[in-house]
This record gives sequence, structure tokens and C-alpha cells, in this order.
Amino acid sequence: MKKFFEKIFQSKVWRSIFRHGLPVSNRTRAEAVFYNFFLHVHPTKVRKRSLKFTYTWGLGGLSVGLFIVLVFTGALLMLYYRPSVAQAYWDMKDLQFVVSSGQFLRNMHRWAAHAMVAIVFLHMMRVFYTGSYRPPKEFNWVIGVMLLVITVLLSYTGYLLPWDQLSYWGISVGTNMVRSVPFGIGDKISFLLLGGNSVGENALVRFYVLHCFIIPVAAMVLMGIHFWRIRKDGGV
Amino acid sequence: MKEKDFHLEDSSNAKKPPKRVAFIKARTAARVKKEDEEMVMTVPNLVGREVIAFEIMVIILSVISLFFNAPLEWIANPEHTPNPAKAPWYFLGLQELLHYFPPIVAGVILPTLVVVALIVIPYFRINQKQEGFWKEDRQKTLMIFLAAVGILSVILFLFDVYAMLIPTWIMTGMILAPYFSKKEDGIIGWLGSRSLSWWVMTWFVVIVVILTTIGILFRGPEWSWTWPWHEIY
Repeated sequence: MKKFFEKIFQSKVWRSIFRHGLPVSNRTRAEAVFYNFFLHVHPTKVRKRSLKFTYTWGLGGLSVGLFIVLVFTGALLMLYYRPSVAQAYWDMKDLQFVVSSGQFLRNMHRWAAHAMVAIVFLHMMRVFYTGSYRPPKEFNWVIGVMLLVITVLLSYTGYLLPWDQLSYWGISVGTNMVRSVPFGIGDKISFLLLGGNSVGENALVRFYVLHCFIIPVAAMVLMGIHFWRIRKDGGV
Repeated sequence: MKEKDFHLEDSSNAKKPPKRVAFIKARTAARVKKEDEEMVMTVPNLVGREVIAFEIMVIILSVISLFFNAPLEWIANPEHTPNPAKAPWYFLGLQELLHYFPPIVAGVILPTLVVVALIVIPYFRINQKQEGFWKEDRQKTLMIFLAAVGILSVILFLFDVYAMLIPTWIMTGMILAPYFSKKEDGIIGWLGSRSLSWWVMTWFVVIVVILTTIGILFRGPEWSWTWPWHEIY
């Protein structure tokens, strides 16, 4: 058995995909990181101090993890959901009662979304209390604040999509808050968001596009910069 | 090295690759830099932990999703406003503020101030020295602190925001305790070693948690105080 696997790992095809050998020596362990597209955000070695769980509580990593779960479940939910007033709510009912594991899929997306808002906030607290925004990481803190706002916006735009009483009035309350911005600016922003003066068909389509494309792409770009800067400043 | 000992060509021609020159002073000998911190390999130490953390998270989420269904109420009906109409939970702190302050303050000024305050944290050397609150000029600190708490209390009192007033006073007591006690150890000593920014952030977090909890659990019809075990529907 062992020989069989060794043969596979030594084969030309395997080595064309993974250019490094098995991580059995420190050299190959380092290669496993910098020859791998996904792992190369990390340095090949890290400070032992930054691995201590009670220092970071893994909160940044968990935020990414939740984002991955949300993208995955969200993409599957998109297969069963149509953003129109006539269909949205009944698609939710179908997810509940017709689609196999539809309810589980939606639960997973919902709870992961709530968890992400909380975890990202906790991550910000951790970074503050450990003073991890000190130079040269000032701007990365600012990007982090943007990501916190984006996380809330992601969750909020998704809140409308089920088109039930909870979403409809939740969004109405929120956009009424926006309206209190003075000099008519609030009304303009609210109109832009809703595509009208009240929550309706246009608002649903706008929130759908914001939720499924515009804000996630913005989040991914900012996350890329966030991680890249952590790495450049000597973190994990 | 004196300035005129060498001339470094700063090539400004974008069409030519720059010449790379390394100056090595005679006294500088090649040597391995001593590591000042203990390092470990990313594979398996970091990546392994990441994979395990992710898996535990997915398992917990799956178990929660098996037993608790995401809420889905009846279809949206613009004619029928639920009482109270609540925003998502992370906005209920804001909605709670809206109950006390005029919309322009609660919905615009305060959230903007919070975001701006968060953004400027690293640019004002906040919390970088992490010195205790009473470290310098105790008399002056006391006067400014009491004035600030006084003004805040008057505002909160005028708008009936007891949900913020009471925790503010409790924290004021915690800040004042090391001023009077001067104990260097124990809880008092720990409180005394906290910096101004630590207190501001902690006050902010406490207020956010309290307001959000009140908004989620203790608000019923007309945004009136309702105990969570009191069935409102």
C-alpha cells in the first residue's frame, strides 16, 4: 500500500501538478507552501507566538472559513432562487419543502451569515486589544474596518431576499434610517438603493445583485489586500 | 560611509532595467542573522491548525443547521406592518438608539462617528504606549475625566438613556477605583493599568452589547419594554 502511494507521488503526472515532494523534510515543507497557489499567502515559516490560539482565537481565519461556506451555500441557493416579487417567496417555500436538503442549505447559509457578522466584530476587538494595528499595519486596520462594514452590508442585502414579513420590514426600517441623512442626500441614497421610494420589485433585484455579485467581489478584493498586507508586514 | 565615497546611479530611464549594486562595507562580514523569535514551519503547524479549525466550524454549523431552521415568516405584505418592525439583530443597537435620540443623531451622526473613530485609531498613536489611565498628572486627568463623564451623563439623562447611563457610571466607578485605592495588585491594580483607549473601546463594546441585547430581547409593541418571556404575538 505504502509503495503504491509512493509510486503515485513520484509519478510524472503527480509531480506535474504538485512540484514538491511529500512534506517530510523542512525543505519540502517549505516547498509545499511556496509552490502552492493557495498556500503561498503564508510565509514558509511562522512565529511560534502567532500560532498561540489564545492570542488570535483563530477569529480572522474563521471569518474566511465562514465566507467560504457562505459562497458555497450561496451559489447552490442561487440555483433555486429567482429575485422577483412573484416568485422569491415561493422559491423559499420550495427550498423548504421540495428541494432535497434545501432547508439545510438555507439554514447553513443563514447561520453562517449571522456568525460571520459576530466573528468579524470579535476579530476587530481582538486586533484592538492586542494592539495589532500598530505601524506598519495602520492601513490594514482601515481595510479591516471596511471589511466589517462590507460584512454587515452583505448580511443586510441578503436579509431582503426571502421576501417574507421579516425581510420586508427589516429592510424598510433600515432604509428609513438612511432617509434621515440631511439635505435630501438620505432620500437620494435610499432611492438609489431601492430603485424607487418603497421596497418593491426594483429593490429586490438591486439587493440581489449587490448581495450575489457586487459586494462579494468587493469583499474578495479587500480580503486579498488584507491578507497580502498581513503577510508583507511579517504576520502569518 | 561618507557621502562622496560612492555615486549611486538612480536610473530614471523606464526603458532600461536598473543596475543593481550592493555596497558592502569592509567591516561587514557575511553572517547568519540570529533569529530573535522562535519560528516553526507553516506546513504542518499553521496549515494543519487552519484545516482543523475550519472542519470544527463546519461541523458546528451543520449541527446547528440540522436542529434550528432559519426563520421564514408569511409573505411580505406592505399593508400589514408588524409591531414592532425590527431590523436584523446587528442593527438593533442602532434602532434602540433611534428610540432615544432624533433620527439624525441616532441614524447618521453616531454611526458615522463610530466608523470614523474606528478608522482613525491607528493614526493617533492610540493605545500604543498602553500606559495606565492615571499614569500622568492625576489631578488634571481627574478633572478632565469627571467633566467628560458629567457632560455625557447630562446628555444621556436628558434623553432618558438609562440603558447607557447606568453602565457608564459603573465603568466610571471602575476607572475611579484605582485613583482612590492605589493598590498595585489584584483587580484594582489591573484596572489601574488599563489605558484610556482601552476604556473607550471597552465602553463602546459594552454599550453595543447592551443596546443590541435590549433591542433583540426586551422590545415589544411600540418599542415598549417587554420581558422576553412575555409572549407578544
